[in-house]
Amino acid sequence: MVITKEHIWKILEEVPDPEIPVLSVLDLGIVRDVKFLDNEGIEVIITPTYSGCPAMDMIAVNIKSVLQEKGIHPVRVTSVLHPAWTTEWMTEEGRRKLKDYGIAPPVKGSFDKGALFASERTVECPQCNSSDTRMVSQFGSTPCKALYQCNSCKEPFDYFKCH
Amino acid sequence: MQLEYTLQIADNALILGHRLSEWCGHGPILEQDIAITNIALDLIGQARSLYQYAAEVEGKGRTEDDLAYLRIGTQFRNTLLVEQPKGNFGTTIVRQFLFDAFHFAFYQELCNSKDETLAAVAKKSLKEVTYHLRFSSEWVIRLGDGTAESHEKMQTALNDLWAYTGELFKASDADQWALENGIGVDLEVVKKFWEEKVSEILKMATLEQPADGWMQTGGKQGRHTEHLGYILAEMQYLQRAYPGQEW
Ligand SMILES: [Zn+2]
Repeated sequence: MVITKEHIWKILEEVPDPEIPVLSVLDLGIVRDVKFLDNEGIEVIITPTYSGCPAMDMIAVNIKSVLQEKGIHPVRVTSVLHPAWTTEWMTEEGRRKLKDYGIAPPVKGSFDKGALFASERTVECPQCNSSDTRMVSQFGSTPCKALYQCNSCKEPFDYFKCH
Repeated sequence: MQLEYTLQIADNALILGHRLSEWCGHGPILEQDIAITNIALDLIGQARSLYQYAAEVEGKGRTEDDLAYLRIGTQFRNTLLVEQPKGNFGTTIVRQFLFDAFHFAFYQELCNSKDETLAAVAKKSLKEVTYHLRFSSEWVIRLGDGTAESHEKMQTALNDLWAYTGELFKASDADQWALENGIGVDLEVVKKFWEEKVSEILKMATLEQPADGWMQTGGKQGRHTEHLGYILAEMQYLQRAYPGQEW
């Protein structure tokens, strides 16, 4: 069987994000390209969500091992910083999976870097869909999340920040 | 000079990141503990990208680990502000705010660098630093305009740290070289943003902006306060005791 790029992308759908395992690396939008190398083997190009994201090394290892299990090797995983990752690259499927998992997906709209005290975006509660919620802390359990609480059902929840 | 310039940026991020990590498990409340360690993680991540690049620029086979863990104090190029002790929570917040306002404007300018790697790091980091600046600004206001005790602690911290702010904008030889070659940023532009931001937030926080007096300098040339030695002793212990460990 001839391995095509489509095969590779299909296989990458099976590689989970280590911190939010319902999302694949494709749902997150961190896989930027797949290349066939001249000397056989392939290169997968990824970009980090956050500079200090501790999951990146784990993700590289997981990509290699999943591809190798399917007989595709050698695999090289390269990390690039430019263009910088943005939550806009998260797939619709990814947003839906996040919500089902209990994490509010990023509110769409570009990242406004200048706004220091910008009015908070309305974030819907992933449990009861109420838009009456409040931010508890800008920083949550991982760099990509903020901590919110729903004023309607009182449940605390994570919000995947716009970035 | 390019190595020197990259190290200046990297060392600020690493040393402040390490200083913030001292709050891990000691934050006043859980949310703040998590926030500060998240910021530490961002900064250490930025430092890592910059050290990898510095190692490449130097081209002598040194790695990011060598640069972070095997240089001595006089070889560090960070500004004196970031190595100041964490003090109480107010001190940490003031130190963070004074640096974040600089860091934000610095990266904003660095996005236009002719050096593609530095521009890429700047664009990536700017998104993170935007959250940092917002966090520290909000806390400066909350604590400055808080109780009599919190106000006094904030004012004391501000007065104590003010002498370390001048250095942020005083160009070193590397700053000068980088600016002339389209790689670095114009610190005068950064200073203008910083002054406006700082005065705006201090006013909202009902804190009095100290007068510019004698400013401490020397960090960018490797002349540090005694505090850096203690940081390095702790941070580099593992690598020196067990050589060859990797990030
Ligand atoms: Zn709810």
